[in-house]
Amino acid sequence: MNLGPHAAFIVTAYAAAAIVLGGLIAWIRIDYRLQRRKLADLETRGVTRRSDRATPTFP
Amino acid sequence: MAITGLANPSRFLAVVQPILPWLTAATVLVLALGIGQALFAAPDDYQQGATVKIMFLHVPSAWLGMFCWALMSVAALGTLVWRHPLADVAGKAAAPIGAAFTLLCLITGALWGRPMWGTYWVWDARLTSVLILFLLYLGVIALWRTVEDPSRAARAAAILTLVGAVNLPIIKFSVDWWNTLHQPASVFRLAGPAIHPAILTPLIVMAIGFLLLFVTLHLAAIRNEILRRRVRTLQLMQAESAAE
Repeated sequence: MNLGPHAAFIVTAYAAAAIVLGGLIAWIRIDYRLQRRKLADLETRGVTRRSDRATPTFP
Repeated sequence: MAITGLANPSRFLAVVQPILPWLTAATVLVLALGIGQALFAAPDDYQQGATVKIMFLHVPSAWLGMFCWALMSVAALGTLVWRHPLADVAGKAAAPIGAAFTLLCLITGALWGRPMWGTYWVWDARLTSVLILFLLYLGVIALWRTVEDPSRAARAAAILTLVGAVNLPIIKFSVDWWNTLHQPASVFRLAGPAIHPAILTPLIVMAIGFLLLFVTLHLAAIRNEILRRRVRTLQLMQAESAAE
């Protein structure tokens, strides 16, 4: 693969895509774990929604 | 199950959770194929040389940046007309994703512009209207973060989203309405694409990969937001019971 005289611009563009989209993916995954942990903490302390008491399966 | 059944958050979660791993696998496969074609199979352009490889990132991210705002506009109608909480959630979850794709469009455009135009940036109509789109995304995100009550934040963000939708046709037709340095449309044209299939094929594969990535991330972000609202509800219930 020969990227020619403008290789630095091409490599930087692909690196930027990896950083921006990788950061977005990481943020969404971390946020999911954080919310799951908070929900688990609340449930451990016995705080549940009325609908959850009726149907115990919580996503 | 009817599509309207998904408007129930619990049912939405039950449907989306098993779909997400398959969507992730499809996204990885299509993006790997697209990047492989873009870097190793697509020929250099007769004018742009190898910098055409930047277009395989720039064009799909531009499309997704605009598509995401259009989707948020539909969600904004759901918020203002039907006052459905899942429409609020869909709009809120989409904003950071759209902002990321628009930012990527601006960065890759600048990196292509420097070697091809001799400058990273010009204040022409296309570039400026895309920058405005990015600032609008930041505005919606800021509204969601500053207004504490989710339903009030949703209405404010929905109004800004619908006002910002005016910018979409401006972005699309800016290259026709004004004399811009940015080239006119070369894929979605009445006369058909003006790009050789050897370059158009990897571009389309990358666009499908970006679209799959967007759908996967949006569904995951909606799921996160539903969980965040459940946490908020439970915390309020806990605070109320502690106050009694």
